[in-house]
Amino acid sequence: MNFDTLIPLIAALPLAGFLFTAAVGRRLGKQAHWVPVLGVGASWAIAMLVAYTALTGGEPFGEHGHGVSLWEWIPAGSFVVEAGFFVDNLTACLLIVVTTIGLLVHVYSIGYMAHDPGYWRFFAYLNLFMFSMLLLVLADSWLVVFVAWELVGLSSYLLIGFWYRKRSAALASKKAFIVNRVGDVGFALGIMAIWVNTGTLDIRESMEILLHGDALTIPIAIVALLLFAGAMGKSAQFPLHVWLPDAMEGPTPVSALIHAATMVNAGVYLVARASPIFASAPEAMVVVAAIGIFTAILAASIAMTQTDIKRVLAYSTLSQLGYMFAALGVGAWTAAIFHLMTHGFFKGLLFLGSGSVIHAVHEEQDMRRMGGLAAKIKWTYLTMFVASLAIAGIPPLAGFFSKDEILGEAFKLGFAWVWAIGFVVAGMTAFYMFRLMGLTFWGAFRGPKEVWDKVHESPAVMVVPLVLLAIPSIGLGMFLGLPLGDSTLHHWLEPVFHEAVEIGHHELEPYALFGIDGVLIIASVAVASAGLAVAWWLFGIELPGFRRSGAPERVAAISARVPFLYRASLNKWWFDDLNDLLFIRIGGRVAAAAWWFDRVIVDGAVNGLGAVTRGAGRGLSQVQTGRVQNYALGIAFGLIVMAGAYLVIAGR
Amino acid sequence: MIDSLDAYLVLSALLFSIGTFGFLARRNAISMLMSIELMLNAVNLAIIAFGAFVPGLAVDASVIAIIVMAVAAAEATVGLAIVIAIFRNRRTPLVDEYDAMRR
Repeated sequence: MNFDTLIPLIAALPLAGFLFTAAVGRRLGKQAHWVPVLGVGASWAIAMLVAYTALTGGEPFGEHGHGVSLWEWIPAGSFVVEAGFFVDNLTACLLIVVTTIGLLVHVYSIGYMAHDPGYWRFFAYLNLFMFSMLLLVLADSWLVVFVAWELVGLSSYLLIGFWYRKRSAALASKKAFIVNRVGDVGFALGIMAIWVNTGTLDIRESMEILLHGDALTIPIAIVALLLFAGAMGKSAQFPLHVWLPDAMEGPTPVSALIHAATMVNAGVYLVARASPIFASAPEAMVVVAAIGIFTAILAASIAMTQTDIKRVLAYSTLSQLGYMFAALGVGAWTAAIFHLMTHGFFKGLLFLGSGSVIHAVHEEQDMRRMGGLAAKIKWTYLTMFVASLAIAGIPPLAGFFSKDEILGEAFKLGFAWVWAIGFVVAGMTAFYMFRLMGLTFWGAFRGPKEVWDKVHESPAVMVVPLVLLAIPSIGLGMFLGLPLGDSTLHHWLEPVFHEAVEIGHHELEPYALFGIDGVLIIASVAVASAGLAVAWWLFGIELPGFRRSGAPERVAAISARVPFLYRASLNKWWFDDLNDLLFIRIGGRVAAAAWWFDRVIVDGAVNGLGAVTRGAGRGLSQVQTGRVQNYALGIAFGLIVMAGAYLVIAGR
Repeated sequence: MIDSLDAYLVLSALLFSIGTFGFLARRNAISMLMSIELMLNAVNLAIIAFGAFVPGLAVDASVIAIIVMAVAAAEATVGLAIVIAIFRNRRTPLVDEYDAMRR
């Protein structure tokens, strides 16, 4: 098997699909999906083969991965950047998530976007995104990673603003792009810092020099924090989290693919890829953990009161990404990637399911006008129910294993505060997910009657991806996370994180199911069940043989009891208002002042100099009469003056 | 007085001044060329006078005078050729009407 050809093909096929669809898609009309979907399908098949070979340690990957060098991209003296791919077990895990969910979202979009006039454009953008994302996880040079980083940002921008005639969508896409730029500046500076320190942009080589080389020009903690700034932007961590909820203006498949399952994981991937750098900077690690767990609880608190079904899921995504960063920050590298993988599947499923719900109730997104949908859209209901259980952390579904591993390792590595906050967030997660289920699927329908009559299940092309995503949502945790403490995923990722674990001296004590670990598991299952129970008590439940209706009056009473918290949550802790004040009002004033300074002082100086020069030229041109006699007179006077001066000087 | 160097130098200065005045005051290109000749010859007169009265300068002065005459002849030739060429174009000998470069 020639992997040197196959690995580049993984990224090249979606690129080809993008170029083809962009060129001739308009003429294909409703057939435009064939090339993109088949391209991604082929890419998926190759990625599966590559991932399987890499994870089983087959040739040529072995333990530490295999690189494919393509060409010298920038040869400039001692500054050389190679374009190349590199696949190790971490990349393989990401490949599985990205291509599988990518393929299913492509298929789902055939149904979801069927009546959209921009059908071909949508598939072209999706393929562009797939190419960018695959380039990001495959690249072996920081600069190529950065290019891919910007490309996913671009495709995210294009897809959030897909319905660009809608003002809110256009604004949201700009917001996402600009907020991401803030983080990207940090990332770019981080890459420059790496180059200053090591003189190379190759990821493995630079890491080698950073860890074993001489004294560094720029302290490694700074490098780590700059890279983390980039990760914060892309993965929407506090305080750069404001773009992700607004990004829900995009079509729902986009929310599922880009803003839940893949692109927002790029930050987690970046930190994991740079794990030795972070491990050598414990100060930076604490920052990562603190920001992660703070984002987790902040977003979870907001998710508890939102009424837009997609926004609840968006804040839930923020919260889960916070978990992943918390895991990275405490040194539980494998747990972070584990949660990345399981979360990718069940959150992708939740978003696709919400898309199916929105479709069913006539593009309504407000959960206050839903309810009782379980009876009419059975498949969507069942798959979303599974995903909700998974994210809530109910064993033995996927989310239970990964979340529990994060919390358990945080506790055992001595970060009790991370564990404590994460423990609370676990309860909140279960609560807001079953609030969503209760408002959407159970109880009585609260919307207009003519909508209720037309509620229908989505076509098979949308339902099948839901079912296919439900399988890993149930089983992936058991597949990767067992046996506890010595899981498959640990074996896979051990070579990747070996170095970081060694630097961090984070030797875990052996796993004790009938000791501390068992207690932690029981505690997190208990808190998840508590959150679930509260949600059922307030928003109702309908299971076969067990049914109770929601209690809106209790919800109102509780909200009235803690008015400040309720309003804070409803208003997203006023972060949008804060940004408005800081950057629009105050920042606008500063910008206006700077503009004035530029216009009056800087431009004034430059233009003034020009005006003076021109005036002087005009004045002096009067001397040039063009009359020979005038010039001769000048010569004669000059002669007299010179002769006179000579006489005066010589006379003394 | 008649045999003194000063007399020759005064005459030379007088001729040079007349030439300078003519060059500055006349507008006719031919007259200006003539004024230049006058100045050159005034200088030549001074040089010859120095040669005659200062014993060591006799030979040098003669050589310089001959060179000046040669240069003056060449200058007059070129100058007249230019003036004639311009006259053919512009139909005027007056130099203050040669103002194509100012416009």
